[in-house]
This record gives sequence, C-alpha cells and structure tokens, in this order.
Amino acid sequence: MPRPQTGPHAFAASPLLVCAAAWALPGAGHLLLGRRRTGWILLAALPLMFAIGLGLQGRLFPFDTGQPLVTLQALAELGMGVPYLCARLLGWAEGRVVAATYEHGNTFLVVAGLLNVLVVLDAYDIARGRK
Amino acid sequence: MASHFLLMVLFAGFVSLVFALLMRDDPREQVRFGALLWAAFAGIGVLLGWLMYPLPL
Repeated sequence: MPRPQTGPHAFAASPLLVCAAAWALPGAGHLLLGRRRTGWILLAALPLMFAIGLGLQGRLFPFDTGQPLVTLQALAELGMGVPYLCARLLGWAEGRVVAATYEHGNTFLVVAGLLNVLVVLDAYDIARGRK
Repeated sequence: MASHFLLMVLFAGFVSLVFALLMRDDPREQVRFGALLWAAFAGIGVLLGWLMYPLPL
C-alpha cells in the first residue's frame, strides 16, 4: 500500500477520522494531513461561500420525503457540516422566496455543500495514499 | 448586492478556487488552472446569456 503524501506536520489519523473532520469543518481534513495551505484556504472559502448564500436569503431545504428534489438539495447543503448545523440551529434556514437573490442564495448554499463533499473525498484519497 | 453578473463572477471564483486546489498540487499550476477555469466559467456564462437574449420569457 502506498504511503500518503502528506505535509511535514501531518497527524497520523485514520481515513474515517479525516473524513469526519473534513465534513464537519471544511479544510480540517487537509489540515490534519499536514496540507496547511490548502486546508486554510478551504476553511476560509467554503464557509464564506455558505455565508454569502445565507446573506443572499437562500433557504436551507428541509428533508421532505414527499419532494425528492427538495430532499436532494437538503442533502447537498448538509455536506457543509457544522456551519450548516449552526445556521439551522440559529434559525437562518428560512430564506425569503420573494427576494431577487433567493435563487442565487440557494445555488451558493447547495454548491458550497457539494464542493465540501468533493473536499472530503480528496482528503480520503490523500489519507489512503492514493494521491 | 443583486447584480446577476457580479454574483456569477463571484460564484465562478469560489468554484474555480476549490477545483484548482483539488485538481492541481503545484501552487503555480493551481493559480494558472484556477484563472483559466474562472475565465471559462465567466466567458461561457456571458456567451450563453447573449445567446438566450432573443428568446422570449
């Protein structure tokens, strides 16, 4: 099995722990693996993108099994981890459907979550030594 | 901020940044790839906007 190409400050962590950290806090997985520059940039960029989505009055969609597309959007947003949970607990999830920027906000929120899923997969690959 | 163009450019910037970080390892390559991706996103967005301009809503 190839060794992971991690940075000089890598923390010996299991791939699952790295994935959990990367999901919970964008960039945390890369920070654990010693890829500090990438980790800090992701830690700044993804929560900022998510916050802009909330600022544009986008909505955090509910898990409604009667509406499959809404559930998919909710799953995508859940990819953001702790910022998503904080926003939901603080009541910032409603959105404002009549706002001109409502759909823009939704796009920012959904894509921020999906990008973080890609980041989690990247961290997993690094932790497993595939990258 | 409700400018559709600025929001598209900002969105393209975030997506390009993350893709560049994940798909390239060398910092120079990341900058080059990210800039190319951002320009492609923004340029194609403007082009599609003009192509759809004559279409009725």
